[in-house]
Amino acid sequence: MAETRPRTLFDKIWDHHVVETLPDGTTLLYIDRHLVHEVTSPQAFEGLRAAGRPVRRPDATIAVVDHNIATDSTRLSGITDPESRVQVETLEQNVEAFGVPYIPLHDARQGIVHVIGPEQGLSLPGMTIVCGDSHTSTHGALGALAFGIGTSEVEHVLATQTLLQKPARNMRVTVDGVLPPGCTAKDIVLAIIGHIGTAGGTGHVIEFAGEAIRALDMAGRMTVCNMSIEAGARAGMVAPDETTFAYVRGKPHAPKGEALERAIAWWRTLPSDAGATFDKEVVLRAEEIVPMVSWGTSPEDVLPVTATVPDPAAAADETRRAQLQRMVDYMGLVPGQKITDLRIDVAFIGSCTNSRIEDMRAAAAIAKGRKVAEGVRAMVVPGSGLVKLQAEAEGLDAVFREAGFEWREAGCSMCLGMNPDKLTPGQRCASTSNRNFEGRQGPGGRTHLVSPAMAAAAAIAGHFVDVREWSAQ
Amino acid sequence: MTPFTTLTGIAAPLPKANVDTDQIIPARFLKTIRRTGLGKSLFANFRYDEAGAEKPDFVLNQEPYRKAEILIAFENFGCGSSREHAPWALLDFGIRCVIAPDFADIFHNNSFKNGILPVKLPREVCERLMEDARMGGNARITVDLERQVVVRPNGEEIPFEVDAFRRHCLLNGLDDIGQTLQHAPAIDTHEAKLRASQPWLFA
Repeated sequence: MAETRPRTLFDKIWDHHVVETLPDGTTLLYIDRHLVHEVTSPQAFEGLRAAGRPVRRPDATIAVVDHNIATDSTRLSGITDPESRVQVETLEQNVEAFGVPYIPLHDARQGIVHVIGPEQGLSLPGMTIVCGDSHTSTHGALGALAFGIGTSEVEHVLATQTLLQKPARNMRVTVDGVLPPGCTAKDIVLAIIGHIGTAGGTGHVIEFAGEAIRALDMAGRMTVCNMSIEAGARAGMVAPDETTFAYVRGKPHAPKGEALERAIAWWRTLPSDAGATFDKEVVLRAEEIVPMVSWGTSPEDVLPVTATVPDPAAAADETRRAQLQRMVDYMGLVPGQKITDLRIDVAFIGSCTNSRIEDMRAAAAIAKGRKVAEGVRAMVVPGSGLVKLQAEAEGLDAVFREAGFEWREAGCSMCLGMNPDKLTPGQRCASTSNRNFEGRQGPGGRTHLVSPAMAAAAAIAGHFVDVREWSAQ
Repeated sequence: MTPFTTLTGIAAPLPKANVDTDQIIPARFLKTIRRTGLGKSLFANFRYDEAGAEKPDFVLNQEPYRKAEILIAFENFGCGSSREHAPWALLDFGIRCVIAPDFADIFHNNSFKNGILPVKLPREVCERLMEDARMGGNARITVDLERQVVVRPNGEEIPFEVDAFRRHCLLNGLDDIGQTLQHAPAIDTHEAKLRASQPWLFA
């Protein structure tokens, strides 16, 4: 089929995966990779069982446990929480019964599903990738169309290897210029969400573009794409380039030799054509980005670390005023208070947003030769067993331990409050995770989203600090 | 899936924007392997205090809203996590319809798969319906999917848009997978083509 209209990266991947278009425009979209974890899959497998349906392509599917598990050293002796244990055991029974490849807890490759997909070469450019988890957008960093789905859709993909979808609209967020020292991919994405809002991307797939995005390594691109969902987008993506190909090369499940060259030749055709149109365009200047801290209970409520807590009385309308007041109260803040005066109880470095080796290195560079402040609990949770091993080979674990950080096992940990790692009511946390919703890290917990370097610095100072004033040691 | 045709019931006012799925059902309740039984944990952090006692100020703890079948909220309802436990919890509580100015994509999608109708109406219309809902038990709201109208207690009809395919599935309670499997030959063809052109996608 001759295609002359200039197309976006999203258009090209979408078109390539159309199985059939129904008369009303609903598309049957082929799914190349399906990542499965213990929380959103049990009811899907149960549905297959009830209907007597097999998994259509076990070879395109991979299962792992990450959400429920403990991240302390005793975890291999068994999950103590009975409900968590049932969920993990149910996954193990399901992968066995349906023949789905599985990475068990004791395997060094175990980790957060969005860390291990790229790490294992299971997530590749040009793919459609889904998982029953909204942060599936992470994999878009490879130049894939990757999005989160609900459990009914998990069942649909297991049974048919397809999804019924309507095409998304195209949005491009361009970050021009060079990111200043001390600022990271996390600050870029927090600045973007602060700019466009938590519904700014609704109905759209965001392509992140521009010099500052191109300059990011793959880990940084994953951090940015990871939080696309916090801007309401269906997915986020970055066009594949030499950085992508170099990353993919040699990954365990990536194509090798002639197959890789053939794949790369195709991947090179994927970037948006010159003249492709976007339904929505946003441009930011990298030079204007500063280290960001979220202050409220929605990821759009972010501020430069140099700012002060907003005053609800200054809000434009009553609904917003009530919303701001609720956030100020929940977060235990005083309007006008400097962000750098906020004392923290916990620092959490981890999650699918920021738990890759590059994140570990950034945090360790700040921690090196320093000590965690009195009364602060500081946790470092690598995103996978392999990230942990790599960090240990580089001596980062020793750096963290000497500074008073806990060095833990891989998992989702304190990102979401469903395993033993939780905040207690009223605790304030500098967190490298992705959501600062009320109760997200545990009922009554107060989350401030920051970069790994900012979290490490806050752990040491005992309060938020402008990491640009700190030199890495 | 239970078909959704017409629903007349009590509507609970929840005048909040950005009601995220962690609010609808906090993660600690996701440790279930079933779809049912989540109604008691719906909005748990708003409904119960730390000791597990009901907070009387939360709308769903008040009469007549304990029997609400419709929920009215503001912008970006259902943002955050992809957890289908959010619509499961709403459904298990008894809510079959959420009316808001707009919805987060995944929640919107998940609702239809569970026989819950998300109705998008402009903010000012939602504000009027919110006022209706505040009138309590005497103020029934009707949501008619067949005719695509919301009927206010005063009889005023407000039309709404809904995707034709999703409307069809909801009206008839159709199972998506069964429908997709009717396209199995097309899936086979697509897969065969991929196997030849992109063999690396097949282990």
